[in-house]
Amino acid sequence: MSEKYLARSSAIASRLLGGEMMVMSALDSTFFTLNEVATVIWQAADGHTPMSAIVSRICTEFEIDPGVAEVDAEHFAEELSRHGILLVSDSPQEISSSPTEAA
Amino acid sequence: MSESQTIAIEIGGHPILLRTEDDAFRKLVAERYAGFVGSSSLSSSSFEFEVDLLTTPPEPADEDVRVERSGASWRLRRGDFEAEWNPALRRGRIRQTANPYSIDSVLRIVHSLILAREGGFLLHAASAIRGGRAFLFSGVSGAGKTTISRLAPPDATLLTDEISYVRRLGEGYHACGTPFSGELQKSGENCSAPIRALFFLKHGAENKIEAVPQADALRSLMRNILFFAEDQELVGRIFQAACEFVERVPAQRLTFLPDTRIWSMIQ
Repeated sequence: MSEKYLARSSAIASRLLGGEMMVMSALDSTFFTLNEVATVIWQAADGHTPMSAIVSRICTEFEIDPGVAEVDAEHFAEELSRHGILLVSDSPQEISSSPTEAA
Repeated sequence: MSESQTIAIEIGGHPILLRTEDDAFRKLVAERYAGFVGSSSLSSSSFEFEVDLLTTPPEPADEDVRVERSGASWRLRRGDFEAEWNPALRRGRIRQTANPYSIDSVLRIVHSLILAREGGFLLHAASAIRGGRAFLFSGVSGAGKTTISRLAPPDATLLTDEISYVRRLGEGYHACGTPFSGELQKSGENCSAPIRALFFLKHGAENKIEAVPQADALRSLMRNILFFAEDQELVGRIFQAACEFVERVPAQRLTFLPDTRIWSMIQ
């Protein structure tokens, strides 16, 4: 299976607040709250880190089975890319800074 | 146009000068915003608008509000008005019929844009000052904003029962009175105070106050902030302002019975 790369859209505002990652689409004002695992994926979505490396990180941090972690990560990426706030690509990609970044 | 053809409406310390040759419209505005009419002299902090009064609305009456950037300006449109405002030049133009609801909507939109530049916002909330501190009571229609306002004791100064004006001043926030009223149909007092707490209102079988985690507070706050433009930069600013607000101001859930005892818990 080919490698995938995730990048946060520039059309979002996000912030870690009270331990939860809050993400807002600047395109349609949709609001998302990410759980701990999704937050790790989100923070690692820099356009350069391969999905496989992100999955490995999740397995280590949360002691999750690699197969489960991979399915969860792909599901998460698909879901957020549908809303246009995460970009999924087959090759590394540059991301521009978002309007509001996690403090 | 001379100062005599100008009326200044000053809300939250932001004077907006409306210039029109129509005496009757100036009188209507003066009555509607009584208590918020300021000096008609242009100053470095004021914004000025030429008001062109039309005999018929500029667009079909059922057009929804649209707020869009157009170069350095904002374009505001609804069936009953059109306006353009350049924040850098501090000038704009409004085209509408002599309808008080139109000018009210334009003022709300312009103030929401002014506040967003400063880290503040307009909020669907009642607000009042007690003991020198302001309290916000936020919620959607029916949550109890007007009810809690009606129950306010004599030592509370009501700032609004509908739209609260939140200004960022240094590291803190101030609530300012507004003429934007809800069911109470009464302007708030034109004064301000540092915000002590934000309450999310809920009707219930007993009076109680519960802490709200910051993430939940942000979600509720964002639902109740007024912003009209689907503009990327503006959404980012509002989101950032809301995040910083919930990090600095305690947010609590206020469940209440509709009687005056609830105010003994608010100080």
